[in-house]
Amino acid sequence: MKRYFARKIFIYILTFFFAVTIDWLIPRFMPGNPIQNLLARASLRAEAAKVMYGYFTRAFGLDVPIWQQYLNFWNALFHGDLGISVYLFPQPVIKIIMRAVPYDIFLLLPAILLSWIAGNKFGAFAARTKWLDNTVLPLGYILTATPYMWLGILLAWVFGLVLGIFPISGAYSLAMAPHFSWIFIWSALRHWFLPFASLFLVMFGGWAIGMRNMIIYELEADYSHYLEALGAPRKLVRKYAFRNAILPQITGLALQLGVIVAGALVTEIVFSYPGIGYLILAAIQNQDYFLIQGCFLFIIVGVLLANFAIDIIYVIVDPRTRIGMAGETA
Amino acid sequence: MFKKIALLVFLIVLLCTGIAFGQVYERSETLYTTGTMWGPPSSWNPITPWAVATGTRGLCYESLFLYDPLTDEYTPWLAESGEWISPKVYELKVRKGIRWSDGAMFTADDVKFTFELGKNYEGVFYSTMWKWLTDIEKVNDYTLKFHFSEPLYQEWGNVMYTMMIVPKHIWKDRTEEEITAGANEKPVGSGAYLYESHGADRMVWVRNDKWWATDLLGLKPAPKRLVDLINASNNVSLGMVLKGELDLSNNFLPGVADLVKWGYVTTFYPEPPYMLSANTAFLFMNHAKKPMDDRAFRRAVSFAINVNQIVNVAYANLVEAADPTGLLPTWSKYVDQDVVEKLGFSYDPEQAKAILADAGYKDADGDGFVEALDGSKIELSIIVPFGWTDWMESIKIVARGCQAVGINLKTEYPDFGGYAAQLYGGTFDMAINNFGSQVSNTPWTFYDWLFRNPIQDQMNNGNFSRYDNKKVFDLVVELDKTPIDDLAGMQEVISQIQEIQLTDTPAIPLWYNGLWSQVSSAAWTNWPSAAEDTPNYLPCTWNNYWEMGAVLMLCELEPVK
Repeated sequence: MKRYFARKIFIYILTFFFAVTIDWLIPRFMPGNPIQNLLARASLRAEAAKVMYGYFTRAFGLDVPIWQQYLNFWNALFHGDLGISVYLFPQPVIKIIMRAVPYDIFLLLPAILLSWIAGNKFGAFAARTKWLDNTVLPLGYILTATPYMWLGILLAWVFGLVLGIFPISGAYSLAMAPHFSWIFIWSALRHWFLPFASLFLVMFGGWAIGMRNMIIYELEADYSHYLEALGAPRKLVRKYAFRNAILPQITGLALQLGVIVAGALVTEIVFSYPGIGYLILAAIQNQDYFLIQGCFLFIIVGVLLANFAIDIIYVIVDPRTRIGMAGETA
Repeated sequence: MFKKIALLVFLIVLLCTGIAFGQVYERSETLYTTGTMWGPPSSWNPITPWAVATGTRGLCYESLFLYDPLTDEYTPWLAESGEWISPKVYELKVRKGIRWSDGAMFTADDVKFTFELGKNYEGVFYSTMWKWLTDIEKVNDYTLKFHFSEPLYQEWGNVMYTMMIVPKHIWKDRTEEEITAGANEKPVGSGAYLYESHGADRMVWVRNDKWWATDLLGLKPAPKRLVDLINASNNVSLGMVLKGELDLSNNFLPGVADLVKWGYVTTFYPEPPYMLSANTAFLFMNHAKKPMDDRAFRRAVSFAINVNQIVNVAYANLVEAADPTGLLPTWSKYVDQDVVEKLGFSYDPEQAKAILADAGYKDADGDGFVEALDGSKIELSIIVPFGWTDWMESIKIVARGCQAVGINLKTEYPDFGGYAAQLYGGTFDMAINNFGSQVSNTPWTFYDWLFRNPIQDQMNNGNFSRYDNKKVFDLVVELDKTPIDDLAGMQEVISQIQEIQLTDTPAIPLWYNGLWSQVSSAAWTNWPSAAEDTPNYLPCTWNNYWEMGAVLMLCELEPVK
């Protein structure tokens, strides 16, 4: 057990190191210069422009050689400092991300968990049920193949413009400041519904299809046939099949939770929902090295943590893993 | 049953507290604007003016004077008066009876302190002013004397309405970093509005009912709250204006001309060009590359471009074609008609071909395009940032015009970063840009940008053509040193600049970008317009436009009953 986790942790640290290095490197390959973009917005006089360019290049630590910048970056990272945003100057990146994260969690956590539960239940139910398989299966395929963005636009058009039931942009009404009252909560829910629905539907389709296929596979397995031959009731056979089929789905869920902050990028853009996805697009467009780094760092950490959690959960839910480990140490 | 009633009461109480705290805005007291911010509000620090939330300059912090480009007049604001008492001494009298929003009195010390921030810290954007300003002498609490080594009168005139004065009693204890790179959250200013809140997509200001100008000048802004939204996509903004959810949109919205005709939105003029002009879009040609280094080639290009087609097709008449000098309509009095008559240009493909032929550009290999003087092929590209749809349409017309006279010019649309890198780094062939040609109190700001010098590897701010002519550079400095009331003196220098400009064609002025402004009269009326019975201020929320009259516009608005 110890060796198993030690090895895992070593791999995670290594992955983290390389992923973060790439995360640092990639924005710097973009053409252009963030300080120039920052100052292009200020119509400065000739002399002032030169002085300011130098001043801000120093302030952002971009005046030192590239290897030094890299070392400084790691140093700052271990001090919890992700730098200052260029696009949202002079806000610290960590603060910007922290402000966006609640919106992501509020939007994605319910969408992912509810679609996972509903999708799995439904997929298991639909498998080998002829009329459901014939009608709902194609629908599931269509849903899961639908780009989030396209479904988002479609929902915005139908429910926002044609029917006028839901607002189509922002996180709460323009006539309110965030505060604790039912009007505000109601407004936030109304703004939340369409982005939520577009994510839920697409993911639901994916989980349902996956579960249905897995159940069919498990029902064909030897142990299922054996149970059937023993005369076990259909319900019992399906229960065992479900337990086996859920394992890959758990892995899928963990990966989804890991990329939670980035998963809804296009949906957030379609609905102008102020989460991390929205930030990433703006950061890239504004060549904001520090904000891009910060957002992706968040995703990297999220994916790694989720994977680690899965390693642990697997040990608990799948007895075979425990036996494997025992065999290993023996 | 009792439990249910208790719950209901609890809900109603919660609901009411929400309203009681004033966190739900009355539509009839709120002005919704957009068009300035491209990202969430992140700074309220007037020392970094390019990063501030809408209204920080003008609504929260204020300048010594207001300047109205339409009348070319300065209005004393925080200052009571200012004059040059000798060629090198400027005396400023500060208005008495002004209070900061925290209740402290505003005095000459605040003004002196603000200017001296530039003396103390290099990272303050006006630090270079101290090369020609030597000393600020405090005569008494309300009078200052500015002593200059070499007064740059035009620039000083600009400073008088663009410099935002900050309160000394709050800023004096701040570190250099806080001053030059702080966010200055919860700002304390002297202006008509107070910071209330901000969100990821909005900035909310609430009226300062103790504003000094209400007592001293009888001015009171009509909207109790001002909510400025970050720029959404065109269709979202347009939809909101049409539904009356947005009162003032300062974005370019394609197709507005039709909506004006049908009466859905109002613009400054009821017919073309609909908008006031805000800046001049130039075609920059990289002089560091052949054949753009050839004056004759550049002049040929200026005759090859069908600007009227850009105005009619790309903009549907929302803009006006530029004068050959590029000077904005508000500066038309400075245009030397004799020089324009003699050296100006207009769309004339035959003339363009003739100029090319005279200069020796011939199509020897018969591919329809001329070759360079040394016989090599000419293959040029013109760039604008991807997604700037009006500019993208425009350069198609520029390229077609050039191709028609035998210049092989293709369009390219890099993303903004790529565009900026090429433009600033000098690797482009041709490009459209307008960043520094904004309306101001003096054509000097315009020329200072157009003839930015010295020529360096990185030209971040103007003169992207890398046009190098010491004579014109000196003239721009000479213009700066001309007093702002010496119109004849200014005229003379500007005429000389125009003569050189039109002879050498360093860059080609194409059209005037509009002061985009679409208003809805659903909630507020009496918007500025060209009509006789309405105010004439610039209806614009852009940073550094509030002090050009928009703050007075707020005092003239009337709520719909």
